[in-house]
Amino acid sequence: MTPSLITFYALAGLLVISSLLVVFQRNVVHSAMALVAALCLIAIFFLTLHAPMVGVLQVLIYAGAIMVLFLFVIMFLNPAALEQRRVTWWSLGTIAALLLAGAFVAVMNGSEPTPDPIASTELFGSPEMLAKSLFTDFVLPFEIASVLLLVAIVGAVVLAKREH
Amino acid sequence: MIVDVAIVAAKSVLVLVMVLNLAGMLGWVERKASALIQDRIGANRASILGFAGLGLINTMVADPVKFLTKEDFIPPQGDRFLHTLAPCMALFPALVTFAVIPFGDVLVLGDRVINLQIANLNVGILYVFAMASFGVYGIVIGAWASNNKFSLLGGVRGSAQMISYEVAMGLSVVGVLMVYGTLELQEIARGQGALIGEVLPQSLRFLKPAIGWLPAWGIFLQPLAFLLFFTAAIAETKRVPFDLPEGESELIAGYHVEYSGGKFLMFFAGEFAEIVTAAALTTTLFFGGWQVPYLMRDGFHFPWGTVWLLPQIAVVLMQVGAFALKVVFFCWLQILIRWSVPRFRYDQVMRLGWKMLLPLALVNVIITAIVIVAVQ
Repeated sequence: MTPSLITFYALAGLLVISSLLVVFQRNVVHSAMALVAALCLIAIFFLTLHAPMVGVLQVLIYAGAIMVLFLFVIMFLNPAALEQRRVTWWSLGTIAALLLAGAFVAVMNGSEPTPDPIASTELFGSPEMLAKSLFTDFVLPFEIASVLLLVAIVGAVVLAKREH
Repeated sequence: MIVDVAIVAAKSVLVLVMVLNLAGMLGWVERKASALIQDRIGANRASILGFAGLGLINTMVADPVKFLTKEDFIPPQGDRFLHTLAPCMALFPALVTFAVIPFGDVLVLGDRVINLQIANLNVGILYVFAMASFGVYGIVIGAWASNNKFSLLGGVRGSAQMISYEVAMGLSVVGVLMVYGTLELQEIARGQGALIGEVLPQSLRFLKPAIGWLPAWGIFLQPLAFLLFFTAAIAETKRVPFDLPEGESELIAGYHVEYSGGKFLMFFAGEFAEIVTAAALTTTLFFGGWQVPYLMRDGFHFPWGTVWLLPQIAVVLMQVGAFALKVVFFCWLQILIRWSVPRFRYDQVMRLGWKMLLPLALVNVIITAIVIVAVQ
């Protein structure tokens, strides 16, 4: 067992536990906090894979912004009073989970265990590399994504303002 | 290998101890400063076992002891686990941010070069923002777990305010990043060691006699960004005039109304650690970080040609001392602001963040970009 392998299994174990907590917690706020923990663990995974930029963005965007809004909504709506568990959702969810697990097994069967990750170049995973590929090779998808976000924001403002 | 680990551990402990001590001292400074401003005497009655001789030290010891020995009350209808977790989440981000803040240049010991910064991440300032965005959880979770309507209102206000000002803060820094061309805080601090005369482009050389002697600090190259960043940073610390999440006259104590004892102490320490972090970031981005004007690695090089050579250890000590001095100054400035102005109304806070700071930050980015392209 190399140190990096030990780190991997420790992180992976914690990640599985926190992901299970997201699903099995009855309290929605507890679920949300478990999801925050899972997102942070994924960010640490990115750090061990020499991609600090992606890891930091993971924390900044998912844990720092999106989950805060989730919590916001959860606290306002108090969903415990809104919905009881229904059998149909359970069965649909189980089928979807089984399909996903089957896909994972199929993918993992065909792959070799990877050796310790090594950064291919000095700049690998750096903000410079990421920015360069975003603004050269992937500039069109990047711009489309930003226009899409802008449309969503404008739409939200219009919906919120309509009543006045 | 072991020596490397030991060096990083030593740096971490040193920084952590300094930040926590400074945060603790600020608690006392704030009481005395508010007394000074309001023409009172302030905290002066801490007597430990009948001995009240050392005013400052007595108060500094008595305060935490008082907090830690008080009853730790958890609201019976609240959430035990999250109520305990929240203060940790409030204190944690302010402390870990210091991992990327440089407090000196390099210390050369024999053949070992020690970078006076705990972790040199190539994402630098983005790490700071990631940790800052994490700070919201302490408030939101603490507010919700207390099962108190005043708390919840404070938490909602706090999260909305912190998210809003994070946007403005992030954009205000972009201009600085463009000028120095890097995200790494150590590189930004090094870039501020040059003189404006050295970085002036050819087309602006005629300005050299007038401003060429100034160091190329962020405050001179990005004055607007400094004002925006500092305002947003004060809003992020949730202190007057931005203390709506606490709002004692409306929400009693807002998000931490149900906290007592050691957990309240953690919220309290978190707030002061945030002040220190904000001061350190302002220093690093706009006031040269650890730079002393005209001090190079081998001594002073004054613009009129005089050179004073100094031993390396003296240079390092002066740099660390200069950084500490600047940080203390900005902590003091924040306390001064906190006791000089009244609280905003909530709609004013939101308007300032979204309709003034954000557009101004965007304008600053655009102007900086135009100037950089034009003079190259």
